[in-house]
Amino acid sequence: MYNSVGKRIPRYDGIGHVTGRTQYVSDVTMPGMLVCKTLRCPYHKARIKSVDVSAAKKSPGVYAVITKDDVPHNLFAMVPDHHVLAEEITRYKGQNIAAVAAVSRDAALDALAAIEIEYEELEPVIDPEEAIKDGAPQVRPEGNNHLFDGNSLTRKIRRGNIEDGFKEADFIVGGRYTTPSQEHAPMETCCSVAYVDASDKLVIHSKAQGLYFAQGDLANVFQLPLNKLKFVGGTIGGGFGGMNSIHTDHIAGLLALATGRPVRFALTREEEMLFSTIRTPWIFEIKDGIRKDGVITARHVKVLHDCGAYTELGLYAVEKNANLIAGANRIENLAVDSRMVYTNKMPSGSMRGFGVNVGQYAEQVQLDRLAHAVGISPMEIRFINAFRTGDKNHTGNELAAVSTIETLQKVAAMSGQKLPEKYLAMSSGSAG
Amino acid sequence: MSRILKFNLNGNPAEVKVGEADTLLEALREGLAFTSPKCGCNHGDCGACTVIVNGDAVKSCTVIALTAEGKNVWTVDGLAKGGKLHPVQKAFHEYGAPQCGYCTPGMVMAAVAFLNRHPSLSSLTEEEVKDALSGNLCRCGGYKKYAQAVIAAARGDFGPLPEQEGSGKNV
Repeated sequence: MYNSVGKRIPRYDGIGHVTGRTQYVSDVTMPGMLVCKTLRCPYHKARIKSVDVSAAKKSPGVYAVITKDDVPHNLFAMVPDHHVLAEEITRYKGQNIAAVAAVSRDAALDALAAIEIEYEELEPVIDPEEAIKDGAPQVRPEGNNHLFDGNSLTRKIRRGNIEDGFKEADFIVGGRYTTPSQEHAPMETCCSVAYVDASDKLVIHSKAQGLYFAQGDLANVFQLPLNKLKFVGGTIGGGFGGMNSIHTDHIAGLLALATGRPVRFALTREEEMLFSTIRTPWIFEIKDGIRKDGVITARHVKVLHDCGAYTELGLYAVEKNANLIAGANRIENLAVDSRMVYTNKMPSGSMRGFGVNVGQYAEQVQLDRLAHAVGISPMEIRFINAFRTGDKNHTGNELAAVSTIETLQKVAAMSGQKLPEKYLAMSSGSAG
Repeated sequence: MSRILKFNLNGNPAEVKVGEADTLLEALREGLAFTSPKCGCNHGDCGACTVIVNGDAVKSCTVIALTAEGKNVWTVDGLAKGGKLHPVQKAFHEYGAPQCGYCTPGMVMAAVAFLNRHPSLSSLTEEEVKDALSGNLCRCGGYKKYAQAVIAAARGDFGPLPEQEGSGKNV
C-alpha cells in the first residue's frame, strides 16, 4: 500500500551532495555580479551624529552606497520594528548602517573605509534583569519592557487559584533556571544573490526558511507589488531556524534595484556568529506546592525573556513558552507570568523548538527536585501528575491522543529502570 | 598584482588569474567556478573547503593559490568517472550521511585522502577514521554515519578503492 514506509529509500538529492553538484545559494554566480559589504555599528548602542558617503561613492569600482534614506520603507521582520539600515540610534553591536555594492570584495571594503561617520557612544544595557529595573538605560524610546496588548507587563495564564493550592501543599519547592544565548552556526553563512530580470522583476536567491514570509515582508520594504518580487529557494547549507529571520535578502535586493546589476551579499563567519539572530537568554523562576503523595497542588512560573534589541520572533517564543512551561502535568492551580524585555543585543530569532525546549529544561529539572523533596523517584512524580486523554491543558483546551504515560514507560524501558506494576498498568487513555 | 596560476585540476591542465593573496579556495570557486569546495569559515576551522593537493587533504581557504603552481589538485568533481561514483561517495550516499550536504564535498575529500594514505585498510580502526575526519565540521551532526560509511568503504562494501586516476594516489 505504501511505497516508502518501513523501507530505506535513497535521498532524492543525495547524489548531488556527494558529487558536489548541489547548488547552494552561495554557489550562485551571475555575469557582472557585484559584491556587497555593510558598515556595521561597532558599539552596543550609539547615536549616529552624521554619515557622509560622498567619498565612498567615488571610490574605485563602487556602483552604489546606500543608507536609511535610500530604503523605501525602512522597517522589516515578523514584527516590523527592525530597521533595514539604522536610523539615528543603533541598538545592538553590528547593526547595519550603510551598504556598498562594488566590483570586488576589496573595492567594497575600501569604500566602507571611505564612509565618514560620527558616533556618540551611548550607555547600553546587556543584562535582562538590569534592563527591567527603573532607571535602566533605555533600549527603545517606548521603554525596555514589552507591553502585552499595549498595556500589561506580563502575558498571564491563570487556572484555579494558586493561593489555595499552596495551602493544600505539604512542601513548597522553588527553583531558578537560566539558559544562555545560542547561535545556530549553519555551515553555509547567510547569503543572497539578487538581480532585476528582463521583465523588471526583482529576483532574490535566498536562504530564507519561510520564502513567503520573506517575500511579503520585503515587498513592503522595497514597496514593490508581489508580482514584481520573486524569491528563489532551494538547498541551503543549514538553517536551524536562523533563516526564519532576514539577514541579507533586504540589503542585496535594495542594491540590485539601485545598481541594476546582480549583487551577492554573503555574511562572513564572524558576522554570522556575532550579529545574526540567536536563541536569546531566558530566566525562569518556578514555585511549586506539592503534597506528600506526589500531587502538584499549585505552580507559579515567572518567565523573563531577553528579546535583544528588536522583537523579531521574540513574542512568538514567549507565547509558545507560556503555553507549555507547566509541562505535561495536571496542575489545577497555575499562574504563569511571562515578561519580555529589550536589551542591546542581537534580536531573538527562532531556533530549533524556540521557547519550548528552554522551558522544558527548567520544568524537567524542577520535577526532579519535587521528587527529591517528597522522597519519591523522578519517574513516579511524572506518572502521578501526567496528563491523560480528555484532560484540559493549562489554557483550557481538551487534550486528545495523549501519550505521556506511554512515553514514560518507554523511557523507563530504554534506560533500564524497573517500574512498579501499577505504573506499567497505567495508560494515557485510562481514567485516574 | 595578478598572476597566472598553472596547475593540474582533476587530472586536467588548468590556468587561472589570481591575486598574490588569493586563496586556493577563491581561485577554484571564483576564478574557475568549481563551487564544490565550500566556504564555511575562511579560517581553516570547518573543513568544508577540503581538497586534495599532491595527495594531502588540505583546507583550501588556508592555502595561498600561487603555492599550488604545478601541483595536482583534486576536488570532489574529479572523483566520479562517467557517472560511476567513488566508493566513498557511494558509501556516504547509502549510509544517508549527508543532511544539508554543505560539509559533504570536504568530508569526501578528507576521507579519500585518508584511505589512499592508509598503509593497511584491513586493520583500520574507528578511532583512526574519527581522527581523519576531525577537521571537518558537520553542523547537522552526521558524524556517526560519515565514520561508519568510511569504515564500510575501507572494508570494500562499495567496491575496490581505485588505485589510479581519480583516487589522488597518482599524484
